[in-house]
Amino acid sequence: MTAFFDILIGGVFHAAVLFLVAAGLQLVFGVQKIVNLACGSFYALGAYFGISAVNWAIAAGMPPALFLPVLVASGLVVGMIGPAIEVLLLTVYERDEAFQLLLTFALVLMFQDILRFFWGANPQQLGDLVMSYGKVAVGAVQVPTYNVLVIGASIAIAAGLGAFLKRTRFGRILRATAENREMALALGVNVRWIYASVFTLGTMLGTVGGALVVPTAAASLDMPVELVVEAFAVVVIGGLGSMRGALAGALIVGLMRAAAISWYAELEILSIYVVVIAVLVFRPAGLFGKPAE
Amino acid sequence: MRTALIVAALAVLLALPSVMKPYYVTLVLPALAYAIALLGFNLLFGYAGLLSFGHALFVAIGAYGAAVLSSRMGVKSFEVILLVSAAAAVSAAIPVALLAVRYVKIFFGILTLAFSMLFHSFLFKFYDLTGGDTGIRVLRPSLLGRDFASLDKTAFLVGPFYYYCVALLVVLGFLMWRLVHSPFGLHLVASRENRRKSEYLGVRVRFIRLIAFAISAFYGAVGGVILAINTGQADPELAYWTHSGELVFMTVLGGFASFMGPLVGAFTFVFLKSELMGATQYWRFWLGAILLAIVVLFPRGLVGLGQELWARARKQ
Repeated sequence: MTAFFDILIGGVFHAAVLFLVAAGLQLVFGVQKIVNLACGSFYALGAYFGISAVNWAIAAGMPPALFLPVLVASGLVVGMIGPAIEVLLLTVYERDEAFQLLLTFALVLMFQDILRFFWGANPQQLGDLVMSYGKVAVGAVQVPTYNVLVIGASIAIAAGLGAFLKRTRFGRILRATAENREMALALGVNVRWIYASVFTLGTMLGTVGGALVVPTAAASLDMPVELVVEAFAVVVIGGLGSMRGALAGALIVGLMRAAAISWYAELEILSIYVVVIAVLVFRPAGLFGKPAE
Repeated sequence: MRTALIVAALAVLLALPSVMKPYYVTLVLPALAYAIALLGFNLLFGYAGLLSFGHALFVAIGAYGAAVLSSRMGVKSFEVILLVSAAAAVSAAIPVALLAVRYVKIFFGILTLAFSMLFHSFLFKFYDLTGGDTGIRVLRPSLLGRDFASLDKTAFLVGPFYYYCVALLVVLGFLMWRLVHSPFGLHLVASRENRRKSEYLGVRVRFIRLIAFAISAFYGAVGGVILAINTGQADPELAYWTHSGELVFMTVLGGFASFMGPLVGAFTFVFLKSELMGATQYWRFWLGAILLAIVVLFPRGLVGLGQELWARARKQ
C-alpha cells in the first residue's frame, strides 16, 4: 500500500510540473504553430532564477516560510523575457518548420551557456526549505506539504487556464486565431499582439514550473535538454495543441516514470518512449488531438 | 566550375596530412565522418523534404556496431565492421521507417526523435550490456587485411585510415550523386513538392521514402563507425537528441538546397566547434548565435551565400 501511495504522490507531483511546461508548449504550438524546443530552457531558467530570488529575499529579511510566493513571483518575472524572444520568432512564422525547430534549437544552445555564465556549472540547490511546511498524511504515507501545495497550484493553474481560454473574450480571440489566422487578421484581430502574449504566457508557464520544482530537486545544466524530451512525450501522447491532452499526457508520463523508478529503474525513460511510439502508431493524433491532414 | 572546385577540394584533402599538424588532421576525420552521414541525412531532408530529428540514432548504431564488433567479438577487419554495422542500421531503420513515413513535417521529426531517445536510454541504462554512460571502447581495425602494427595510434589515424576515409567519402558521394539524379531521386523531389500530384503520376511515395530512409541509415552508420574509431569510444551521447540537432545544424549551415551543402557544413561545423571550444568555455552560446544568424539571415547556408556572391561578381 505504501509503495502505491509513494508512486501516486511522486507521479502526480512530477505530472503537475510537467503539465505546466507542456501547457506552455501546447499553447505556443496551438496558436503559433511552432514547436518550441527551448521550453526546457525556460523551465531551467525559472529554476535557477527561483533559487537566486529566494536567497535574495531571505538575505533581505524575509521569513523563510514565505518562499512559495517568492518562487511563483520570480517565475512570473523572469517569464517576461518572452516578448524579446518572440521577436526572433517573427522571422520564421511563415517558413518551413525545419527553420522553426532550428531557431529554437539555437536558443537551447545559447541558454545553456547563459545559465552557465550566471550560475556556474555546478548544480544549485535550495537547502531544505521544503520541510518548513511540514508533512501531511496522504493515505498510508507522509508527504511534504509543499508537494501537495504544488499539485494544488498546478490544478488551479489548469482550471484557470481552461476558464481563461473558454470564457474570456481574449481567450476566444486566441482560439479563433489558432483556428484560422488569416480570418482573424481579416476580422481585425491584432495577431502580432496575440502572438506576443501567447508566447509570453507559454514562457511563464515554463518558468513558473521550473521555479516550483526547485525546492525538491537541484537545478542543473542538464535540466533543459532532459525536460524537453519528457515534455515532448507529454504533448505527443496527449495530442499536439490540446490542453486536455497535456493534462492526460502529463499524468501518464508522471505516473509511469514514478512506477518505473520504484519497480525497475532501468525502464524509467524507456517505458515513456514505448508509450509515445505506441500512441503514434495506434492514435497518430494523440489521445485528445485532432487528426492531422 | 563545379568540377574544378571538387577536384581542388579533393586535392586539398589528400595533401592535408603532409602539410598539417596531426592534431588538425584528426579533426578532419570527424568532418569526413559527418560528411558521409550528412550525405544520407540530406537525401531525406533536402531531397525528400523529411526532417529527421533523430538521425543520430543511426550514427550511434554505427559507432556501437564498431565497438561491439571490435572489442567484444574480436573482429578486426574494417570492411566487415562497416558492412555489419551498416546492415544493423538498415535493419533498425526499416521498422522505424515503416512507421515514420506515414507522417510528414513535425510528426516525422518527433517520431524519429522518440526512436533515437529510446535507443539512448537503452544505451544509458543497461549498464551491463552497453557500458552505460562510459560506453564501449573501439579498437583499431585492420584495413584491407593489413593491420599496420608498426604505426602508433595517431600515425595510423592520420595515415592509412585517413586516406581510406577520403576514398570512402568519394565513393559514397559519387553513389549518392548518381542516386539523387536518378529517377528515384527525382521521384523523391516530386513527392516533396506535391505529394498528391506525384502519386497520380505513379510515384509510390511511401515506398520510395522508406528506401530513402534505409539508405540514409546506411550512410549514418558508416559515419558513426568512422567517428567511433577516431575517438576510440562509443558513448550514449551519440544517440542523444542534441546530437541529432547538430546534424541538422551542419546541414543547414552548409545549405540543404545543394548537394555539396552538407559536406561544406560538416567541415565548417567541426572546425568552428573546435576553434570555439579552444577560445571560450561559452562556445555553445556562440554556436547558437551562429545558428540563429544562419536561420534568420542566410537560410540557404554557406553554399547559397557563395552562389549569390559568385552570381553578383559575374554580373559586374
